[in-house]
Amino acid sequence: MKISVNGRKRSYTGPAFKRLIDVLREDFGLTGTKEGCGEGECGACTVLLDGRPVASCLIPVEHAEGRKIETVESLAPGKALNPLQKSFLEEAASQCGICTPGVLLTAWSWVRAGGSADRQAIRRHLSGNLCRCTGYQSIVDAVVKTIKRRIR
Amino acid sequence: MKVLRPRSADEALRLFSENPLALPFSGGTDLMVAWNMGSLNGKPVLDLSAIREWIGIRKMPGGLAVGALTTHAELRDHPEIRRNFPLLAAACAAVGSVQIQNRGTLGGNIANASPAGDTFPALAVYEARVRTISRHGRRNIPFLHMFAGVKKTALNQTELIEAVELPFLHAKPARQVFRKVGTRAAQAISKTVAAGLVWLEKGGAIKEFRFALGSMAPTVRRLAAAEAFLKGRTPSSSAIETAAGLLTKDVHPIDDFRSTAEYRLEVSRNILRSFLGT
Repeated sequence: MKISVNGRKRSYTGPAFKRLIDVLREDFGLTGTKEGCGEGECGACTVLLDGRPVASCLIPVEHAEGRKIETVESLAPGKALNPLQKSFLEEAASQCGICTPGVLLTAWSWVRAGGSADRQAIRRHLSGNLCRCTGYQSIVDAVVKTIKRRIR
Repeated sequence: MKVLRPRSADEALRLFSENPLALPFSGGTDLMVAWNMGSLNGKPVLDLSAIREWIGIRKMPGGLAVGALTTHAELRDHPEIRRNFPLLAAACAAVGSVQIQNRGTLGGNIANASPAGDTFPALAVYEARVRTISRHGRRNIPFLHMFAGVKKTALNQTELIEAVELPFLHAKPARQVFRKVGTRAAQAISKTVAAGLVWLEKGGAIKEFRFALGSMAPTVRRLAAAEAFLKGRTPSSSAIETAAGLLTKDVHPIDDFRSTAEYRLEVSRNILRSFLGT
């Protein structure tokens, strides 16, 4: 089966019900995607499927056939960081880091779709991503900063 | 593990009749958890996700038909759903998280038959019908008759859910409410979940009242006793108190690790009180 991953066509020939997260990490070597709970509760394994955040631990790879997947590696394909990643660095929005790839992608789907800088709305959009260091304040700060910079 | 992936409804019905033990699968937000834990090992799966005919929201005479594979996110954002069935849109926005709303489907949610399904009270007050299909034909099942118990539906062994039909309301309600009460807004499974509609006469008496609760019995319940009592009455504080007292005619919550029966009952009564009170 053919899957577009970070803009590149990849082919996959394993079991149809292998989890997308395992295919990304084991078959495609994209280890930026992290597994947290394996039950769709924590959001750590979030990737974008046709631009929308989804839990890659709950997706059989056959559901990605012919579709577009974006992982955290897609945010900074070269050396330059994505504007959201820059804000995360400046605001110290990453502590232990396990939730960061998922948080970045969920937040990026919001920023890219032209989401507002309203903190409540951002919190609602990010409510499926748990941060075990509880660093939510700085995460929201970083998202707001990215949006405000872009508007200016 | 045997995975069947039909590309059309006809193919799905044929494969299902050839493999009657196959487990119908759509967004996977519940079944993948079981799969990850190994409890589906060896079971054949009928993956319905590629059946395009069952995705999307269409107009039908007198209402809307929601394809079984329509996601909660599509329902949440759809202008016709938001305009005509705002309680359903609100319920879909309260299911799990954005990640779950993007994957979980309405048909899958119904087939799963959790007592705590967040969309169920809204579907109950809108008097939705579940359209099923099998090789023997179609059935239209009134929403309240869809559930036989915890995790049990009225579907027979050969049936699949094709769509959910939503009849337009005859008139705009005077007031409406959707409330989910859980430990936190996202991801929590409801302690109680409510949807209500009320229509008033010119003089202020209640013309029609519909109220449904989830997580308060093995299946979603309409408050038949309270609804009948309030019809034609002015919603005075004593009438509202009597109606709140009638809750236990229709719901029987339990103590479990999420909450207690007492808490569930009192909070549900409070939602009813604040909805009807001025």
